[in-house]
Amino acid sequence: MMTLKVNGRDHQIESDPDTPLLYVLRDEIKLNAAKFGCGLGQCGACTVIVDGKAVLSCVTPLLLLEGKQVTTLEGLGTIEAPAPIQRAFIEEQAAQCGYCIAGMMMRAQALLQRNSRPTDEQIRAELEPNLCRCGTHMRILRAVHRAARLMETADASSTIDGSVR
Amino acid sequence: MNASVIDRRRVLAGGGALIVSFSMTSAYAADQPAPAAPPPKLPGSLKDAPFLDAWIRIDADGAITAFTGKAELGQGFKTAFQQIAAEEMDVPFASLTVITADTGRTANEGYTSGSHSMQDSGTAIQNAAAQARALLVAEAARRFEVPEESLHTENGAVISFDGRRIGYGELVAGDLLHVQAQPTSKLKDPATFKVMGQPVPRLDIPAKVTGGAAYVQDMRLPGMVHARIVRPPSYGAQLTACDISATVKMPGVVKVVRDGNFLAVVAQKEFQAVKAMRVLSAAAQWKETASLPKQDDLLRVLTRLPSQDTTIFQHNDPSAVGAKTIEATYTRPYQSHGSIGPSCAVAQSTDGVMTVWTHTQGVYPDRQGIAEMLRVPLQRVRLIHVEGSGCYGHNGADDAAADAALIARAMPGVPVRVQWMRDQEHGWEPYGPAMVTKLKASLDANGAIADWNFEVWSNTHSMRPGGAGSMLAAQHMAQPFAVPDPKPLPLPEGGGDRNAIPIYTFPNAHVVHHFIPAMPLRISAMRALGAYHNVFSIESFMDELAHAAEADPVEFRLKHLADSRGRDVINKAAEGFGWRKQQKAPQGRGYGFAFARYKNLAAYCAIATEIEINSETGQPRLVRAVAAVDSGQAVNPDGLKNQVEGAIVQSMSWTLFESVTFDDTRITSIDWQTYPIARFNSVPDRIDVHIINRPGLPFLGSGETGQGPAAASIANAIANATGKRLRNLPLTRRRIKDAIDA
Repeated sequence: MMTLKVNGRDHQIESDPDTPLLYVLRDEIKLNAAKFGCGLGQCGACTVIVDGKAVLSCVTPLLLLEGKQVTTLEGLGTIEAPAPIQRAFIEEQAAQCGYCIAGMMMRAQALLQRNSRPTDEQIRAELEPNLCRCGTHMRILRAVHRAARLMETADASSTIDGSVR
Repeated sequence: MNASVIDRRRVLAGGGALIVSFSMTSAYAADQPAPAAPPPKLPGSLKDAPFLDAWIRIDADGAITAFTGKAELGQGFKTAFQQIAAEEMDVPFASLTVITADTGRTANEGYTSGSHSMQDSGTAIQNAAAQARALLVAEAARRFEVPEESLHTENGAVISFDGRRIGYGELVAGDLLHVQAQPTSKLKDPATFKVMGQPVPRLDIPAKVTGGAAYVQDMRLPGMVHARIVRPPSYGAQLTACDISATVKMPGVVKVVRDGNFLAVVAQKEFQAVKAMRVLSAAAQWKETASLPKQDDLLRVLTRLPSQDTTIFQHNDPSAVGAKTIEATYTRPYQSHGSIGPSCAVAQSTDGVMTVWTHTQGVYPDRQGIAEMLRVPLQRVRLIHVEGSGCYGHNGADDAAADAALIARAMPGVPVRVQWMRDQEHGWEPYGPAMVTKLKASLDANGAIADWNFEVWSNTHSMRPGGAGSMLAAQHMAQPFAVPDPKPLPLPEGGGDRNAIPIYTFPNAHVVHHFIPAMPLRISAMRALGAYHNVFSIESFMDELAHAAEADPVEFRLKHLADSRGRDVINKAAEGFGWRKQQKAPQGRGYGFAFARYKNLAAYCAIATEIEINSETGQPRLVRAVAAVDSGQAVNPDGLKNQVEGAIVQSMSWTLFESVTFDDTRITSIDWQTYPIARFNSVPDRIDVHIINRPGLPFLGSGETGQGPAAASIANAIANATGKRLRNLPLTRRRIKDAIDA
């Protein structure tokens, strides 16, 4: 039994130490956002943030996470009070099936936390490990730029409705 | 009728917590076609499910629900259907609910495929909603004792000229909507639309970006266990021995299920199931057979297999005589759907009823297959669609549903969740079929096409269930179900011959479909079916002919195209791109253009592209794409743009990078390393999609219209950049480099 800090809360974890973080998040803590895509670290659908860095949770065993802070998409905001990056993805309608999107958002969030004004090239380079099969890439890029602007401006007054072009 | 209703109620009673009750009348309407179809054709899917309450239900409290038998696959049509229903019902958008494919609740609309959702289901909902509103107005007129013309609707109520007002919920008592649809409806004037035509934000996105339960993968039923499959290592492999003793001793393992060559393990926790699967897999011994063709020689493999040959188009005008003849052969490899999320399903057998939650594209046909596999009556199986990862056609969804059902049968009462592993999705999904096309055409003295010959070799493009034999679990059982005989999909939509008939007007044209029954690899429907390769071939060859005629590719197309809506999208894309005659792209770059009307009867799409080629490495990069699309009345323009943007990027990925690989026995492209697809470094700088809206005209659907034009436009841009024509998909860096160096 170990303690894992996820989204600011301590969880007592029963899973074996070799269990990848992804299964702990989904199966034990009952979180939805991080997704199983490949189990091989090739697609990024499982991306979460650990101590500020984007991490592939499907290949990160529990035993490496003692004392670290894990953040998932659920930890950023809620449907009622979305975080800037969540608002940005809604406002840009940056999803088709959406299965890859949580991973995309977490990697982008990690980037924006250390570089609040990334260039387009930097965003593309950062998102390189993450695959999208629907071809939503253009919207994802726009959403990350928008998230950077939203994070920068304290003004969070613009509403979601009607903001789609 | 009574028997079916009783069975249905039993199904519902056994189905678990997700079921809400619904009236028996709508159950009847959802389940069965009308006793006798009325003579005039009803709009959209109303022709198969003609009762209005199969589509629109109004509760006594005024709550309105629209039903569709189609499955939301990430295309966003659920939002579009809500817009349509709200518009024609005259109610606020947010006051409606849309229920999607569920054999217990919705009409049987077959598969969600072929860009048919808007045409079939959208049209049915639009007409059903309009007719429901008309019935409500008529009922209000009766109660108010005033003429219908003096009434109008607003916000879910009928309002009289004298200010009296009555809500839809109060009007709808009894079987008001349990009536057969009429062939024509009084639809709203598009000029008065409030919700249709607006870029309404999609309803599903907020949950998807905040970690809500949005997918079948996210389902957690009480007491649910996790299963993993041990698939054979290759097609036809036989399980000769399997010592399960180590597996069953593993922590959390609940059961090993073996039925012939079907092997699965069930555990309490998901990763316990994964670990047990690995141990079980190591213990399984298989006898394999080398049965696969030569991957590098698909042209010869396909053209030498026995085929059924049909001339599907013939037009003769002996007065047109060609002076200059060119020919070309194009090939397409097997390609993967490549869903990011491996297929998943949850099944539970309760009181003799099997309920399966699945991301299948066809709950009714899949139910039929699963019932056959389990050897139970249809009424003992219920399939409920829950979203999965995008599928782009027939991926592992149906197979996973069958896997879950077969395992759940062995564990009565217990909900079983199955998810495939990455190598299973890549190795076992039914691929988009390899294809070969041979083209030959002549130009007359004026540089116009005088004759056109087109031949296509292809498997079928649908091996979907229906029968149990379409599903892996049923094929692998001890008493297996045979794979059904493949059938060519009929024209006008076609399969391997989809879009094989040119949309252009040629004096002489001859088109032959060589349908190949033998299927060396497991194949089925993949987005756009044969249209992807046929449009790639036709539109590449049009450029080759334009080049031979020393004509501008856009002008050359317009010269041969009579269809005015087609001409409009070509002109719009050319204008948006800044296409100019005799323009030269900068050094190392090329411009391309292509056009098609999907299936020659659905949406129109023209795409202009700019490509950059690294002359040292051959590496191609799509710099920008400009598309113009006409899919009839646009319901949600932003959703439509999203579909076409996605089609361009996905088709670019297919076209530049993708082919299934195999040796003589096994599939060898089993993950993203061995089956690379587009990553962010290959994504263009920009994509512009221009919509040509056609208010009041039929919905044409937009999900697949971009696949073919994007491929050909890219191929044409590569030829423009390098001076070399590549005809074998994918147009990889290596092939471009070899062509440059040749």
